[in-house]
Amino acid sequence: MSTNLRTGLPNTSAKRLAKGLGWFSVGLGLAELLAPRAVASISGVSKERTGLIRLYGLRELAAGIMIFSQEKPVEGVWSRVAGDALDLTSLGIAATSPDAKLGRVAFATANVLAVTALDVMCAMQLSNGNKHGIHAKGSCIVNATPEEVYQFWRNFENLPRFMRHVDSVTDLGDGRSNWKVKGPAGMEVEWDAMIVADDPNEVITWRTLENADVDHAGAVRFERAAGGRGTIVKVNLEYMPVGGVIGAAVAKLFGEEPEQQLNDDLRRFKQMMEVGEVVVSDATLFGTGYMDQRPASPAAAQELEGAEMLPSETATNYASEGGTMR
Amino acid sequence: MRANCWYGKTTVEVGDVPDPQILNQRDAIVKISSTAICGSDLHLYNGFIPTMQRGDILGHEFMGEVVEVGREVTNLKVGDRVVVPFPIACGNCFFCKEQMFSLCENSNPNAWMAEKMFGHAASGIFGYSHLTGGYAGGQAEYARVPFADVGPIKVPAHLNDEQVLFLSDIFPTGYMGAEMCDIQPGDTIAIWGCGPVGQFSIRSAFLLGAERVIAIDEVPERLQMAEQGGAETIDYSQQNVYEALMDKTGGRGPDACIDDVGMEAHAPWPIEAYDRVKQAMMLETDRPHALREAIMCCRNGGTISVIGVYGGFIDKFPIGSVMQRSLTIKTGQAHVQRYMRPLLQLIENGDIDPSFVVTHRMSLEDAPRAYDIFKNKDDNCIKVVLKPDWKGNGDSAAKDDSYTVVH
Repeated sequence: MSTNLRTGLPNTSAKRLAKGLGWFSVGLGLAELLAPRAVASISGVSKERTGLIRLYGLRELAAGIMIFSQEKPVEGVWSRVAGDALDLTSLGIAATSPDAKLGRVAFATANVLAVTALDVMCAMQLSNGNKHGIHAKGSCIVNATPEEVYQFWRNFENLPRFMRHVDSVTDLGDGRSNWKVKGPAGMEVEWDAMIVADDPNEVITWRTLENADVDHAGAVRFERAAGGRGTIVKVNLEYMPVGGVIGAAVAKLFGEEPEQQLNDDLRRFKQMMEVGEVVVSDATLFGTGYMDQRPASPAAAQELEGAEMLPSETATNYASEGGTMR
Repeated sequence: MRANCWYGKTTVEVGDVPDPQILNQRDAIVKISSTAICGSDLHLYNGFIPTMQRGDILGHEFMGEVVEVGREVTNLKVGDRVVVPFPIACGNCFFCKEQMFSLCENSNPNAWMAEKMFGHAASGIFGYSHLTGGYAGGQAEYARVPFADVGPIKVPAHLNDEQVLFLSDIFPTGYMGAEMCDIQPGDTIAIWGCGPVGQFSIRSAFLLGAERVIAIDEVPERLQMAEQGGAETIDYSQQNVYEALMDKTGGRGPDACIDDVGMEAHAPWPIEAYDRVKQAMMLETDRPHALREAIMCCRNGGTISVIGVYGGFIDKFPIGSVMQRSLTIKTGQAHVQRYMRPLLQLIENGDIDPSFVVTHRMSLEDAPRAYDIFKNKDDNCIKVVLKPDWKGNGDSAAKDDSYTVVH
């Protein structure tokens, strides 16, 4: 079942460029290895240097193999950049040699510089994607039918009841919704999202509107578990790199362990479905002393209105105090 | 309120802590009338269970009177006298529906921690580290009981506390240890460990139809109590256990073996020294001598029932013996909720009176001394019941009349 998400961070064009550079490495490497004299002639360097050119051919082939062997060839492309630097140095030295043909050396240098620019651009894109793009997937199994689970999730206003960072989601009608998310240091990030696909009891996908400050997309799928033992819920979330303070805030919010956070949210989602509220223990209030128990946030409060003690309220206080211990 | 709190290896202190409150709508608050120290509390006391925190309230065997209920608890009312099972279970998830309550998927708010350690998380447990949820325990004046509509069982007034208290843990645990042996008429069952759980396994094995029960320990008063329960005994400090068992069974071995010992087994000195060194070097977390021996002794095609508590990883596990000889291993934390009603029925019928296991009754204030006595098996101690409403002063070394001893 394919969703309408933009897939693959880092972005696919950088990956495609990397593949092209990989083929270039292989081609040039083979040429240097098999026909070093021709290469020397074209680039105007001394024909005495065939041994060195063969070695460089091996280096190119290694870079090519590295690029094709990696799903995300960050190191492969950076190794090409290093190779480019070596090539440029060698060409510089070659230019000082008495039998160098300066015109051809200059032409070769210009070509290497152009490729170097491509290499650097590609390598930086790939590395950037690594740092700032956030992708998380998680799943849980809930003792309820796909219909029940879908109904609960489709009402986006339920999401803050189990999503730790989400303060509120307001349904704006027409499949649009407004999301308010707690950012670091008390700042609040807000965006509008729209439903991209909605197959009842099967899948919901959503993404932020074009003009939103945050580039975010999500998908949730509901699959009947084998033997009718409930419903498997699978969630994919993506936050694309965006600039500015808000981008940095979102990156920080989800940066540390996005999948762990998503799985915590899903565990609370399961509790909402099976128990009716988020389950808390004494450590939810006082902290574990090891790590945050990450209690859930607000909405259970509405549910428990009128109760003598509002656990979610306490839980929220605890969270906002950064998990201070007793 | 007053509560017995953990402050580090072999250090517990009774102090003032905040009263518990209703946090979820299916909670109840219970005013505790009797609470016991479990052998598995000693694993915490001795520092073998990770994720304990200074100030954690201990205790998972308790009973008392309901003093407050959450909005969604309809089966209990204020004033009911209840026994509380040690696993916390929601009653709604897949495992609760399958009656495997100690595997509840919703009751451990720190499940992610347990997942890192065990691959999957089991249920929350009262007063048993943050790995099992960070719930306050029941060695206190009051306790918050989550899912009070599923766990606690009302008990009739004509049975006293000590007759029903052990429905919270050791009776169902000992019983499940025996039940996992799938006992057939005529079976011989060997039981490692004659602590409180072992005592209940002995009696449960007979209740389930075993013809012979052979109990293994080295502590004279425990062996004596086992004999009172109808078991033959082997004192492992005097006899080679394997040879003694083969002698008693004509070389075939017992039909099933129950490990009622767990992670802190004692053994003849070279083996114990080996395991203690590895444990100290963090090369294994548990000392599995009883389990190894049970496997080697069990008859071909027999069952190994592991109900003693293990927490981590072991070494020199005789998997070859298990595989080559078609052994079955069954294990688990007791699914207490499953057993409370049928076992209460046995008590009401007079088939068993669980109070036989109690040797010491002390004030909650004396908990530190109680732990020390229980750990060292001083004063013929087998099982301690703590009474929150007995006002001892805690300074009890010289006050021998602050507890009663029953033999």
